[in-house]
Amino acid sequence: MTFKYNNVYINSTCTITGPYEKRGPLGKYFDKSYDDFYFNEPTWEQAETKLIVENVNMLLKKINLKSSDISVHIGSDLLNQIVATNYSSSKLGIPLIGIYSACSSSVLGLILASNMIDSKQINNAIVTSSSHNNSAEKQFRNPVEYGGPKKDYTTFTTTGCASCFLSNAKDKIKVESATLGTVVDMGVCDVFNMGAVMAPAAAKVISDHLKETNRTIEYYDLILTGDLGVVGKFILKDYLKEEHNIYLKNYDDSACMIFDIDKQPVYQGGSGISCLPLVSYSYIFDKMKNGKLNKVLLVATGALMNPSMCNQKLSIPSIAHAISLEVSK
Amino acid sequence: MEKSKYQKIVKKYTPKPPILKNGVVAFIIGGIMGVLGNFLVNFYSYSFDLSSKDASVFMIITLVFLGCLLTCLGFFDKWVNFAKCGLIVPITGFAHAMMSAALEYRKEGLVTGVGANMFKLAGSVIIFGVVSAYIFGLLRIIIMGV
Repeated sequence: MTFKYNNVYINSTCTITGPYEKRGPLGKYFDKSYDDFYFNEPTWEQAETKLIVENVNMLLKKINLKSSDISVHIGSDLLNQIVATNYSSSKLGIPLIGIYSACSSSVLGLILASNMIDSKQINNAIVTSSSHNNSAEKQFRNPVEYGGPKKDYTTFTTTGCASCFLSNAKDKIKVESATLGTVVDMGVCDVFNMGAVMAPAAAKVISDHLKETNRTIEYYDLILTGDLGVVGKFILKDYLKEEHNIYLKNYDDSACMIFDIDKQPVYQGGSGISCLPLVSYSYIFDKMKNGKLNKVLLVATGALMNPSMCNQKLSIPSIAHAISLEVSK
Repeated sequence: MEKSKYQKIVKKYTPKPPILKNGVVAFIIGGIMGVLGNFLVNFYSYSFDLSSKDASVFMIITLVFLGCLLTCLGFFDKWVNFAKCGLIVPITGFAHAMMSAALEYRKEGLVTGVGANMFKLAGSVIIFGVVSAYIFGLLRIIIMGV
């Protein structure tokens, strides 16, 4: 399903990260970074809540609006019952749509906001995407202080919150079109190999998007996938070629950009909801505003992983959503 | 695409674990742990005039304490990650698993947090340890009659 938009723009963004992202190659592009994982809060879950509240407040300051001026807040995080988003919303007082689509939630949020703005149901929206390394590890994997060996091909959840403000007021970055993804299950059961889980979903949505918009892969200056990591990147390239006969060009993966994979202890790169928006809202948007990139396709990939289902020996389904952004003339 | 064909693509790009290197590291560090344990047994039996059976209990207590303390200080996970089975298989691994789970859930209360979650990782070690002890005990009685 592809949507076309005529009148939706991303007016402003805000990014706050944790320590590892700060020390990564894109550290200087973020609005604010913390040096620890607690942010002066007693627990990681509360730290993530604080991250979202602080991020939205910073964004409101940037665009000079009050929370009462915002029509909708669309928020997502990785915790059970998306608690970080829900608890932060009780402090923000903006009507909330809480969504969960694993790490593809960031683009799903943008799609929902764009649909409502384009059909003039709302005037503007704030979309937040947050994830926290330690709270995600606690929920999906082993205790953080447990050092049991991890596979070399696992990924490292990013800590951070990225938000953006969308409205119909003309601005530099235009939301041009978007394609909703379908859930794909290729039978991968390995909870560490998230790249392999998500690559088929990314391939499906890229191919659907190109078909439904009658475009070729050369149309885009950059196709940026969410959090496939080094392994997933290779798998996607190979799978797209074999299954959809698409040869990826101008392609990168935000998981490989946010960290210095050779120097930081992050295995195959970043992951988590905030990985793609942290890279795109800061570094990629910067490049778009400077005229170095014109047409960008963001493909957020999400592994719909649940530890109970994995223990029941079921494979992990995945989903990906794509959104096309252009520099408006 | 067939799932089996996709698995082939996945396999092609997924790095294989360095089994030999991991084995050598675990062998050396596990060996050092054994030497340390034996040193502690000798130390306790000489200094406190204990039988080697009693001294080995003190050795276990010492290693469990060290495993817990170093976990709390926050760097034992990095050692375990490096040494792998060299530190997981000895009693230090058990202490580490218990302590890391206890630390993680401390903020959720003593009963609902620490108590309920402390055995999250190590619980199955205890269950299957006890069960297999029963089975081997029975086998010993059946075969050897003692």
